[in-house]
Amino acid sequence: MAVKNLLEAVRETLHDALARDDRVFILGEDVGARGNVFLITKDFLEEFGRDRILDTPLAEASIIGVAIGAAMAGLRPIAEIQFADFIYPAYSQIVGEAAKIRYRSAGGNTCPLVIRTPYGGGVGGALSHSVSIEALFYHVPGLKVLAPSTPSDAKGLLNAAIDDEDPVLFLEHKKTYRSIKGEVPDGKHTVPIGKADIARPGRDLSVITYGLMRHFAVQAAEELIKDGIDVEVLDLRSIRPMDRDAILTTATKTRKVLIVHEDNKFGGVGAEISAIIAEEALFELDAPVRRLCGPDVPAMGYSKVYEEAFMPSPERIAAAMRDLAAF
Amino acid sequence: MKSEPSVRETLPEGLTPDRLRDMYYFMILTRLCDDRGFALNRQGKIPFAATCQGHEAIQVAAAFALRRGTDWIVPYYRDTCMALSFGVTPREQLMCLFARKADVFSSGRQFPNHYSVPDRNIASISSIIAAHVTHAVGMALAHKMRKQDAVVLTSFGEGSTSEGEWHEALNFAGIHKLPIVFLCENNEYAISVPQSMQMAVKNVADRAVAYGLPGVICDGTDPIASYVTVREAVDRARAGGGATLVEAKCYRAMSHTTDDNQLTYRTPDEIEAVKKRDPVPRFEAWLADRGYINESAAADLKTRALAEVNEATDWAEMQPSPTPEDLYTHVYAEGPLS
Repeated sequence: MAVKNLLEAVRETLHDALARDDRVFILGEDVGARGNVFLITKDFLEEFGRDRILDTPLAEASIIGVAIGAAMAGLRPIAEIQFADFIYPAYSQIVGEAAKIRYRSAGGNTCPLVIRTPYGGGVGGALSHSVSIEALFYHVPGLKVLAPSTPSDAKGLLNAAIDDEDPVLFLEHKKTYRSIKGEVPDGKHTVPIGKADIARPGRDLSVITYGLMRHFAVQAAEELIKDGIDVEVLDLRSIRPMDRDAILTTATKTRKVLIVHEDNKFGGVGAEISAIIAEEALFELDAPVRRLCGPDVPAMGYSKVYEEAFMPSPERIAAAMRDLAAF
Repeated sequence: MKSEPSVRETLPEGLTPDRLRDMYYFMILTRLCDDRGFALNRQGKIPFAATCQGHEAIQVAAAFALRRGTDWIVPYYRDTCMALSFGVTPREQLMCLFARKADVFSSGRQFPNHYSVPDRNIASISSIIAAHVTHAVGMALAHKMRKQDAVVLTSFGEGSTSEGEWHEALNFAGIHKLPIVFLCENNEYAISVPQSMQMAVKNVADRAVAYGLPGVICDGTDPIASYVTVREAVDRARAGGGATLVEAKCYRAMSHTTDDNQLTYRTPDEIEAVKKRDPVPRFEAWLADRGYINESAAADLKTRALAEVNEATDWAEMQPSPTPEDLYTHVYAEGPLS
């Protein structure tokens, strides 16, 4: 077990998958000689060759469309969309095609495809390199959506995604790439899809979150414990399928729930979490479910002022926690 | 009816008198299935059917130009004749029209003619125009990566060539010299919109130059000319020469589907004119002129085809529909997930 950052964990997982299984190949923009814009696939081209580290034309719909065809033909493509903001041209392929291939052919065809993409803000990504896209995809049956927040989970869930028989959208928060480090198990570590993780156990209230916000929430919780407020932080890790049992267990345990995500509030993942709690545990609660989310504006923007105003911070999360604890 | 002056007197490589008769059989079988679909719709027995009338020649030719069991087709929803000629049975065709549970293509989920028959190398498609063309490219890429001797043929109408993904697909195939044939069945209409409102170029094949591909045109109502053209493209693909864009000029003899009325955008004169170019009787006349078929042999084939379609219709009608529980199958490998 070695300490790695999240980027290194993703890189190691991709490398091992390529080495282990010759059906696996990577396609995307600048994945070859450039080694991906974050250097995740650095040196892969030399090791695995042009067939398996495939620089595609700058055309996202066909990155996914070609990957779908290769998956239907028995390969295990890992398609990369350079930034989540660029995924929109491929929406039809992901939602209209990949997610429906098993269903529409009654199991005759399948689409074991992984789509990796960096998302999220906090790195000065301006209007078109900072978006969160999970709410646009987690609505879609047939698709799985993962958003790991630790290096260990990134490795474990990426391995699970590559092994999965269905299309998986694998979201990597850009801010976690180099800022989040942790121990990563050696070998083919896998984490089951659909299982949340208690990032911090607590008694007084629950924060349900995922991605970068897991770390902000834990940081805020460490502040609150100084005042005797003991916060439980649940990291979903998998957005779809969603771990209903874990959500209901933490909600009924602490009886107060704060949902935190960076994505826009309206119709976001938090809306589904709060609906699950309302449907199944309303009378177990001591306070209304609250949400601290990105505001309902189109994007965070290039100015640092915009970015900071958009993103939930540890301080704002701590304030929301205190407010809920006092309810 | 007179035979085509353009057709060859000696048979091209790969065609024998027996195979010519088989091609003719699939054309009449398709015509009967096609008419049966519309009749069943008008009888209120099925909700919807599409037609391929006017496309039979290029479709049977394309299927015959491929190597069954090795090559793949990724057809579109108008390819009834290609599918029947590539191994789909009349029973399977009727099962999809009736949306039966045991419909092998989709278990009654998709509109008819959305084929998916992996054991006969036919890949699943949706109704999203041109979305399948990039999938065909991905399949060809997989074959090339695995050094498999397989060619992929994907087909579409001329309207599909307006979609961005269509251009992306050809561009990708051109860069990687993939073993694929792009077959445009140009019937001059995308539902109601004529070709002149779809593109400024005269021929779809003209677009091939932008992707470094050969673009060739054939008379898609002539099975022999179509066979020769597609076969050459298939051979080039198999030999490592890369992709070809084939444009088969044909026409649509009927409305787009049972839900369309072509009289809202075509004149009766135009419709009458295209019906005179019907590829099915023309091919029969061509075969008869050359002694490949006589009147009684043609009649026997028609009797056999009709019996097959009648039997398939009666059988499919008796099969059970899906149950409400079937709505929840094949969502994920594990089943439905929240």
